Amino acid sequence: AASQGSPEPLQGLVPPPLPSQQRHRAWPPASSQGRRRVRGQAGWVQRCNVSFSLTSAGTMEIVYVYVKKRSEFGRQCNFSDRQAETNVDIQPDPSLAKNFVERDPIDAAIQCASDMSEHEVNTERFEMENEGVNHLEGGWPKDVNPLEMEQTIRFRKKVEKDENYVNTIIQLGSLMEHCIKQNNAINIYEEYFDDEETADVADEPPSAKTINVFRDPNLIKRTATHLSWHPDGSKKLAVAYSSLEFQRSSKDMSYESYIWDLENPNKPDLVLRPSSPLVSLEYNPKDSHILVGGCYNGQIAYWDTRKGGQPVELSTIEFSHRDPVYGMIWLQSKTGTDCFSASTDGQVLWWDIRKLTEPTETLVMDISRKGVLEDALGAIALEFEPTMPTKFMVGTEQGVVITCNRKAKTPAEKIVGTYSGHHGPIYALARNPFFPKNFLTVGDWTARIWSEDCKESSIMWTKYHMAYLTDGCWSTIRPAVFFTTKMDGTLDVWDFLFKQNNPYLSVKVCDEPLFSLRLQDNGRFIGCGSKLGTVTLLEVSSGLCTLQRNEKNLATAMFERETKREKILEARHREMRLKERTKAEGKEEDVKVETEEEKPEELLARVQKEFFEIIEAEIRRKERADKLSKAQVAH
Amino acid sequence: RMRFAGGGAAPLPPPPALPLPAALPAEVEETLKRIQAHKGVIGTIVVNAEGIPIRTTLDNSTTVQYAGLLHQLTMKARSTVRDIDPQNDLTFLRIRSKKHEIMVAPDKEYLLIVIQNPCE
Repeated sequence: AASQGSPEPLQGLVPPPLPSQQRHRAWPPASSQGRRRVRGQAGWVQRCNVSFSLTSAGTMEIVYVYVKKRSEFGRQCNFSDRQAETNVDIQPDPSLAKNFVERDPIDAAIQCASDMSEHEVNTERFEMENEGVNHLEGGWPKDVNPLEMEQTIRFRKKVEKDENYVNTIIQLGSLMEHCIKQNNAINIYEEYFDDEETADVADEPPSAKTINVFRDPNLIKRTATHLSWHPDGSKKLAVAYSSLEFQRSSKDMSYESYIWDLENPNKPDLVLRPSSPLVSLEYNPKDSHILVGGCYNGQIAYWDTRKGGQPVELSTIEFSHRDPVYGMIWLQSKTGTDCFSASTDGQVLWWDIRKLTEPTETLVMDISRKGVLEDALGAIALEFEPTMPTKFMVGTEQGVVITCNRKAKTPAEKIVGTYSGHHGPIYALARNPFFPKNFLTVGDWTARIWSEDCKESSIMWTKYHMAYLTDGCWSTIRPAVFFTTKMDGTLDVWDFLFKQNNPYLSVKVCDEPLFSLRLQDNGRFIGCGSKLGTVTLLEVSSGLCTLQRNEKNLATAMFERETKREKILEARHREMRLKERTKAEGKEEDVKVETEEEKPEELLARVQKEFFEIIEAEIRRKERADKLSKAQVAH
Repeated sequence: RMRFAGGGAAPLPPPPALPLPAALPAEVEETLKRIQAHKGVIGTIVVNAEGIPIRTTLDNSTTVQYAGLLHQLTMKARSTVRDIDPQNDLTFLRIRSKKHEIMVAPDKEYLLIVIQNPCE
C-alpha cells in the first residue's frame, strides 16, 4: 500500500497510447485538462490531473500525478430552495439631500461609438519633371531589318496587298475627305466682329491681382534689388539678389541671382553665379541672351545665357567702381554692346562689354564741375531714353538729379543742370514715355514729377507718406499712371488725372518692405521685389492698362498747366529775391540795424520746441480723426 | 499593273453597311492621292498598329514621331469615350493647333493621319 498522500506511480494502469501526429481520439476528451476518476484499488479513487495536450510536433507534455483519499473530498453539494430574506434595508434620508443642488436640465453625454483619433499626414513634396520621349523607329517585326531599304519596302508592299488594309483605308479615306472638305468649306473658328472697337470698359474698380510669387530658394534671404524683364515676350524675369544692409551680409549668404521662368515658380530657370552679389541686372534689349550685372563690390559682369551661369567676363577691379553698382543701363549703339553704370562712389562709367578690362569713358558726378571725386555726389539711379541718345540723367544719394550731356567736349560741360528737391536718396528716375520732357523721381517719402524747364522745383508731387518710397516707374500704356513701392510693403498706383492727393489704388503686396519694381512692356504685369527676396507678379485690371479716351490731351494740358504755375512762381521768387538784395544793398549804406543774433543754444531750443509742437499737433489730429471714424463705425 | 475596269466615272467609296466588294489596291492609291491633293493638306500618313508607317508623304523622322505620339493619343481618346459609355466608340479625332489641324481616322489595325492647314 502506498503511503498516504504521496504521489505514486500508477500501477495497473495502462497509460493511453502515445499520441501520434494528428490522430483523433475519443478518450481523453477534447479539452486538454481532463479530470478523470479512475478506478483503481479499492477505496482509492485516484484523481489525476492528466493533461494530454498535443503539441504540433506530436510530443507529449510533462504531467504530474497525485493521489487523494476519497473520504477527504468532503460532502457533495446539495442545493435546495429557500425563501427570500431581507438582509439589509437602508431607508432614504431626506436630510442628505441638503448637501446637493438640483440641476435641471443635465447634459449627459453618451457616446456609443468607438473611439477614433485624427491624424494628419503631409507628404514631402516630390519633384516632378516633364520630359518628352523621342520615338525613333516603329516596331518592325523581327525578320525585317529597319535599316535595309529593300526589306522595309518589301514589308510595306506586303501590307499594302492585304485585303483588310485596302478596305480599311478606303473607308477611312472617305471619312477623312469629308472632314477635309469641311475644313476647306468654312472656318469654324473664325473671329466675328473683330474689327469693331471694343466698347468702353465699364467702370470697374481698379484692382491688382497676384499671379505668381517667386521666393528666394536659399535659407538666408536676400533682398531682390533689381528686376529685368526678358525683351522678347517677357516670359522670363531676371532678378538680382543682394543684401544692401551695410556689413550685414553673413558668410553663408549665397551670391547667386536667378532668372525665373514665369511658368515655373518652384525652380529658377537659370542660376547666375557672380563673384560678388549682384545689385543690378539688365537684359540687353537687342540680344535677349546677354545680361549685364553690377556687383556689390563695384565690378561689372556680363552673362550669356547660352553659356551657363558663370559670367563670360568680369571687369577688372582697379578700373571698376568702388561702391555697389546701383544703376546699369544698356545704350543704343550699332554694336549693341555698350552700357553705362553708376555707383555711389560718384562715378558714371561707360563700358563696352566686349572689353571689360577698362571703361571707355568716365564722368565724375561733381556738380561744381571741377571733376573732383571727393566732392562728387553718389549716384544711385540712372535714366536713359533711347530716343534722346545724347542726354541722360543721374539721381544721387544727396537728393539731386543731374542732367548730363554725353557728347559735350569737356567734362565740365558734360554736366548740364541739376534739380534738387528731395531730402533723401533718389531711388528711381524715369521719363514719361509719352512726354519725355517730364520725369518722375522717387525718393524719401514722396514721389515728384518734374519738367525739364523748371529747375527750381518739381511741378507735381505726392504728399508725404508714412513710409519711405523705394521705387517707381511710369505705365507704358497710360501717360497719366505711375506706380510706386513703399517700405511698408504696399504698391501704389497713381493716376493724376483722376485723383491727385491719394493713390488711385493701393495694394498691400507683402509684410516686408518692397525694394524694387518693374513693369512689363505691355503695361499689364508688374514684378515687385521685397526685402526677403520674394518677387510677386501682379496683374493690373484692364482699366489701368488701356488708354482712356482723351487721356493724352488731358495729361498734356495738366503738365502744361503745372509747368506754367511753377514758372510763374519761379519768376515771382526771383523778383522777390532781387528786391531783397537791392534793399539789403541799399540799407547797408544806411544805419546798420542791430539784429539780435540768436545764440546757437537758443536756436536749438526753439527749433526743438517747434518740432515737438508740430508732432503733438499731428498726433492729436490723428486721434481725433480715429475717434471720429470709430464713432461713425459704431453708428 | 492594275487597270481600271469600265473607265469614265470615278469609283465611289462603298457604303459601310453593305458587304464590301473586293477593292483593288489601286483604289487605295487613288484615295490617298486624292486626299493629298485637297487644298491645304500638308501631309498624309498611314500607320499600322505597331507604329510602322506604311505610306507617308512626309520625311521619316517626322512620320515616326507623328505615328508614335498620335497612336498613344488615339488610344487614350478611345478609352475615354468608351469609359464614359461602353456602347460608344471613337470615330474621328481632330486636333486643332495654331499652325494646322491634325486629323486622325482610327481603326483597329491602322491609323490614317492627315495634317491640313485650314483656310483662313
